[in-house]
Amino acid sequence: MTPEEVVGRLRSGMTVGIGGWGSRRKPMALVRALLRSEVTDLTVVSYGGADVGLLAAAGRIRKLVTAFVTLDSIPLEPHYRAARERGAFELVELDEAMLMWGLTAAVHRLPFLPVRAGLGSDVMRVNPQLRTVRSPYEDGEEFAAVPGLRLDAALVHLNRADRFGNAQYLGPDPYFDDLYCQAADEAYVSCEQIVETEQLAKAGSPQTLLIKRPFVTGVVQAPNGAHFTSCAPDYDRDEAFQRHYAAAAADPDAWAAFRERFLAGDEHAYQSAVTAWREEQS
Amino acid sequence: MTTTTSTVTRADYCVVACAEAWRGDGEILASPMGTVPMIGARLARLTFAPDLLLTDGEALLVADVTAVDARPQLVEGWLPYRHHLELVTTGRRHVMMGASQIDRYGNQNISCIGDWAQPARQLLGVRGAPVNSSNNPTSYFVPRHSARVFVERVDMVCGVGFDRAVGPFHGLRRVVSDLGVFDFDTPDHSMRLASVHPGVTVEQVVAATGFPLVMADEVPFTRDPTAEELQLIREVIDPKGRRLREVLG
Repeated sequence: MTPEEVVGRLRSGMTVGIGGWGSRRKPMALVRALLRSEVTDLTVVSYGGADVGLLAAAGRIRKLVTAFVTLDSIPLEPHYRAARERGAFELVELDEAMLMWGLTAAVHRLPFLPVRAGLGSDVMRVNPQLRTVRSPYEDGEEFAAVPGLRLDAALVHLNRADRFGNAQYLGPDPYFDDLYCQAADEAYVSCEQIVETEQLAKAGSPQTLLIKRPFVTGVVQAPNGAHFTSCAPDYDRDEAFQRHYAAAAADPDAWAAFRERFLAGDEHAYQSAVTAWREEQS
Repeated sequence: MTTTTSTVTRADYCVVACAEAWRGDGEILASPMGTVPMIGARLARLTFAPDLLLTDGEALLVADVTAVDARPQLVEGWLPYRHHLELVTTGRRHVMMGASQIDRYGNQNISCIGDWAQPARQLLGVRGAPVNSSNNPTSYFVPRHSARVFVERVDMVCGVGFDRAVGPFHGLRRVVSDLGVFDFDTPDHSMRLASVHPGVTVEQVVAATGFPLVMADEVPFTRDPTAEELQLIREVIDPKGRRLREVLG
């Protein structure tokens, strides 16, 4: 599939999970395609980075479910910060583990999972919809009942995949991309390279085969498709470009120029514009 | 006073005070956030807490102790985020987090300043603070101690303090700031000034704290680094002096 075809399958109002973590292995080519579409009013579930920042800046988010939004080497995501400070969307702010267990509950087709996290904190105050549950055993302990985070669609980016949807990460951390895919009715995997199935086992040990084809609806070959986030070991985060992004985000005119230069065209145009920008910098 | 100790910086005292947080913890993961806590954890590992586990800050457990700005090479384990979150619930971890606000019972905020619904300043988000503070020992490091950080009431409780603690595994250990060391060893677990760093007065700490601190009549000084510790800090763990950019003075 192409990024455009993936986005063509999405509808306004959907709940979309986005894989990766902070500014690491984000499916940015798919996010950029989403920005070029009319799809809006989204509920986004994400360990957030520039994916959330870009969608927030474009006004596409109605509700965000997250534990943080960060660019890692730049701690605060500037678009997310600005959107929150103008009250731009509804926020469900969960603890990192609560988000993981919410996705896990959805994978297991459970309505909730009990978690020893959240109680006593203001996570319970700012999310009044959250309930608690008491152990039916002798201990009688009370837990937070994290609701299953079932997704209409999941977007993730991995290093390799075959055309059937078997997908492989070659970096040190799977993040939670398999959970996102299994928690979703439709999952779309972009990857650095689509290879023949036999190539997967040659590229890494069996444990790197993170995502299985029954849980994948479509595969997109998107080289450099996580840019400017990292996609180890294929490439590290583009720190210089990320700084450029964050600086542009701080000023409306600079942001308009950034959008015009990098986000107005398709993915190929984006990659060409980045290459040209890097040549200017060197 | 020897020549060596006369050149001990405030950052060095903070490193030693952070390292002390992990004393006696045994074979658990030290999870430091921030440069000075990271140097402190490595110092503890190289001296009085040799069984501590350390990470490369991403998905690997590392067995060699390198400089904070160098990449460790010797891998002893795999700890991606999902395993890290599981490890938290086993209790075999002692985290030292940052705090944008903290109150007298150790409630900590890193989420936002002002009204949560539309904050005056959006910060990181709650991150793992609720699960950390409910499951494993938790300490905090504040590089710029002020009444804006040490507040009467935090705007958003992320890490849970003693007055709101739920469940059997809550346990705050200590707070280290650039002015002193604080613990909760009081009858109602309200914050106590355990020591001031040399060069700091008790009055200075009181003036920079937005709530009344418990303290003894004579507040001791934070202990000096040993000659060996100073050498490890300066020559092995932080030869480029990154700690001096996080803690001034």
